[in-house]
Amino acid sequence: MKAKEEHKKYLKNIKWQNIKVITSQILIFIVFMVSWQILSDKGVINTFLCSSPKKVLETIISLYKSNDLLIHVWVTLKEILISFGLGSIIGIIFAAILWWSPFLSKVLDPYLTILNSLPKVSLGPIIIIWAGANQNSIILMALLISTISTIISVYVGFKHTNKTSIKLLKSFNANKFQIFIKAVLPYNINTIISSLKINLSMTFVGVIMGELLVSKQGLGYLINYGSQVFNTNLVIAGVVLLGILTSILYFLILFIENKLKKEW
Amino acid sequence: MELLEIKELSKNYLTKKQVICAIKNINLLIKENQFIALVGPSGCGKSTILSIIGGLEKKSSGQINFMKKNLKVGYMFQEDALFPWLNVLDNCMLGLKIQNKETKENKKYVKTLLKKYGLSSFEKSYPKELSGGMRQRVALIRTLATKPDILLLDEPFSALDYQTRITVSDDVFKIIKQEKKTALMVSHDINEAISMADKVIVLSNRPSIIKNVYEIKMENKSTPSENRKNKKFNEYYNLIWKDLDHYES
Repeated sequence: MKAKEEHKKYLKNIKWQNIKVITSQILIFIVFMVSWQILSDKGVINTFLCSSPKKVLETIISLYKSNDLLIHVWVTLKEILISFGLGSIIGIIFAAILWWSPFLSKVLDPYLTILNSLPKVSLGPIIIIWAGANQNSIILMALLISTISTIISVYVGFKHTNKTSIKLLKSFNANKFQIFIKAVLPYNINTIISSLKINLSMTFVGVIMGELLVSKQGLGYLINYGSQVFNTNLVIAGVVLLGILTSILYFLILFIENKLKKEW
Repeated sequence: MELLEIKELSKNYLTKKQVICAIKNINLLIKENQFIALVGPSGCGKSTILSIIGGLEKKSSGQINFMKKNLKVGYMFQEDALFPWLNVLDNCMLGLKIQNKETKENKKYVKTLLKKYGLSSFEKSYPKELSGGMRQRVALIRTLATKPDILLLDEPFSALDYQTRITVSDDVFKIIKQEKKTALMVSHDINEAISMADKVIVLSNRPSIIKNVYEIKMENKSTPSENRKNKKFNEYYNLIWKDLDHYES
């Protein structure tokens, strides 16, 4: 067989594999939705407890018609963006300070470890007492959850910057600030991006947790309200909307990552 | 003219459990345009001497006297340590940028160096696009850019494969000689040391003392790769090998 034909066959095979994977993914979704709908139509599962695709869709449409949909999505999105932005900036600055002062990093090490492993939900009630039953509590909750892990992962990256590069800069008599700007920061672009990715999902957890505890608007509120009035349609609609929002933000950050990520 | 004098230099490394004496009473005189090689068993503290001269580490005792005012040293490492996010020109300008000497003249000097050593068409390339040998040449030009009086070469070819190593040591040697630089090289490779240096200093195992000093005198001395074929080459090799062999066990 000629090399060209072999290559053609190879490409065809890859394409075929891709098609198979995507078709299976779509198929799973359709089968799940259709059987859920059929089973609830036939009365095999209780729609009062488990809802049905049709009802979820109807709920979302009626939310949209009453202008509630966009308000709830926007409130949650705003909280996520604020917490994510603040958390990332605070995390990176704090990591830089720890890199700067080995003494401080040694002193704070046990505290960071404890804070990191502590289930932050347990602080929920006290946060509400301190920050009030409003959006501040939600943002604080999300910050607590996301910032500590950002600090730790970015700091570890900073600490493992290529030693020879730092030695090289020192041989040019560089000061600590120059070492940070010229070597440490650019070396860790990829570390920072991947920690932001984790930070985003942590922020989601924090915001929804906060909204479940205290809120008047937002997707977390919708879910909480739905469960209180035993409206499972509303609960599942909230979860579905949340899933869509997460996916959009996730793909957005994936896109940014591909733009910024350096292949060395 | 003498550039640098090292007197009774010693260095101890302190750990919780013990004091490790890395080098002991090293005396060394480096003259202008000399190429000196330090060889010795691995872990004997050869690199420590360079680190101390380069100001990266503190000495425990002894003296380092710079015979010239504002003597500048330039470092070259085993890893080329080129920054992957900077192109060749920017990598070469790194030292100048840090020292705030990014003048037009200096930039021109860097560009002439790049041109002289066959890298001018790669000015805008990134390190990953270069071969191992070219990367090491860029690293050398980055060091030369700050116009150092003494070059400290810390196993500069160890990361390269054997063939590249020989051609790159020819290149680097040629550049150092043409730019009339003084060099102090650390190597664990006896061949490399003899083929490049005017003087080979053999260090013992830890605590490192100077075991022997050889002035390398060959007829028709030329490039490192040619020197390897010289009649006297094997003689020196055997002498140094014996010095090292004794301490290896």
